[in-house]
Amino acid sequence: MGKATVIPFGPQHPVLPEPLHLDLVVQDEKVVEAIPQIGFVHRGLEKLVETRDYNQFLYVCERICGICAAGHSIGYAETIERLMGVEVPKRAEYLRVIWHELSRVHSHLLWLGLAADAFGFESLFMHAWRLRERVLDIFEKTTGGRVILSVVKVGGVHRDIDDSQMKEIIYVLDGIMDDYRKIMNTLLTDYSVKNRTVGVGTLSHEEALALSMVGPFARASNVNYDVRSLGNGAYGDLSDFQPILDAQGDCYARVKVRCLEVLQSIEIIKELAAKMPAGDISVTVKGSPAEGAEVCNVLEQPRGECYYYARGNGSKNLERMRIRTPTSQNIAGMVSALKGCDLADVNMVILTIDPCISCTER
Amino acid sequence: MAFASKSPWVIHYDASSCNGCDIEVLATLCPGFDGERFGVINTGNPKHADIFLVTGSVNERNISVIKEIYDQMLEPKVVVACGICACSGGIFHDCYNVIGGVDKAIPVDVYAPGCAVRPEAIIDAIVEGVAVLDQKSKALKEQKKGAK
Repeated sequence: MGKATVIPFGPQHPVLPEPLHLDLVVQDEKVVEAIPQIGFVHRGLEKLVETRDYNQFLYVCERICGICAAGHSIGYAETIERLMGVEVPKRAEYLRVIWHELSRVHSHLLWLGLAADAFGFESLFMHAWRLRERVLDIFEKTTGGRVILSVVKVGGVHRDIDDSQMKEIIYVLDGIMDDYRKIMNTLLTDYSVKNRTVGVGTLSHEEALALSMVGPFARASNVNYDVRSLGNGAYGDLSDFQPILDAQGDCYARVKVRCLEVLQSIEIIKELAAKMPAGDISVTVKGSPAEGAEVCNVLEQPRGECYYYARGNGSKNLERMRIRTPTSQNIAGMVSALKGCDLADVNMVILTIDPCISCTER
Repeated sequence: MAFASKSPWVIHYDASSCNGCDIEVLATLCPGFDGERFGVINTGNPKHADIFLVTGSVNERNISVIKEIYDQMLEPKVVVACGICACSGGIFHDCYNVIGGVDKAIPVDVYAPGCAVRPEAIIDAIVEGVAVLDQKSKALKEQKKGAK
């Protein structure tokens, strides 16, 4: 074995769209240890609850992360509704889930493109992002925004999706499904892709449990945990929901789980669109959270379980807001999966956990 | 220096953006908006880049990284602030860990506001940046003539 050398990775790096710094201790091209350093994106959002009232903070919360924006606004709104005992109309719950699942499709397609770019398959990257544009077009037509939707409010949603728009969404999603299967086929069966993913960065079932991994990263190591199966909101009305699992725990398994989740999300949207109840889309919320009232809430973000905690103090402002995001859990697993892998595979391992640094640091 | 303005290479750095603007910068270069038809290529190396696209606001931790990337770029160079956070701090302007817009760290030539900034706005800003790049390279040439 040669002498150990430290190679800095990031914060500005071609494969990383976000600043994450890793000190890679390598010995003969093998990573012995990876030491992550974060703090480049920290803004201090949780402190802002002291100066923004609970309605204004929804829009701050949505901007925790531009990729999971729909998820964060829904998670925050649900938390405040529970804190104040507000009952949301059924139709609003359905609409929220439809936007949330659409954002999962867009997030997974985005990740799929970045992962393809990480091993140098640039045309696959472009094709994945071409499909993603169609999902963003749906967002633009139904909410007016492409990335930050600002469609959820405490007590419901701002905009309705009418029947003709819903038909169009289903039509577009069917078109995406056909093109997507071709991309998925390339990613899962092409030998050059498999060379880079099979057996790389393995994390065993026991390790995943011990490090409390969440989301597709954990499900690829056969951890049967998906917040959607708890049946919160409109998820409870699904006829059958089974988390997608894989037992291998390597990069290939993580790619596979996310690939199949896109199809699953499209099925969920179709099912909910068919069952959509009529009625109001929001209720008026008055008053403010009671002093000392506290509540916690979980939501399945595209990257895994996201935990929200809020405590009121009798005024319009919250006393405390705490968010534990999926990537802050998964970074421990990433460091563990990086140990012993080749230096050339570091890109792949980092990308397949789908890190979201701005969520993590807030 | 017509070659640089016909095919400006861009480098992108996420200062402390929420990802919304970052993915819009990448979406600009992908099918749909296809920034590459203007000869724009995304590069990871500051020494190859002509235009520096910065998203997000500046904080204590990343100010040195932004300055470092800017210093490594060769003259003439143009800085484009993408998104309202990069322009002024935006919705996060009063957070304790936000110093302000990118102009607190390096000189900014073009501002492209929006939350998140729209790909059309980024393309407009790059086209505007190319004109600035041309001006700067002419000034640089004059300066060299003067030195002789």
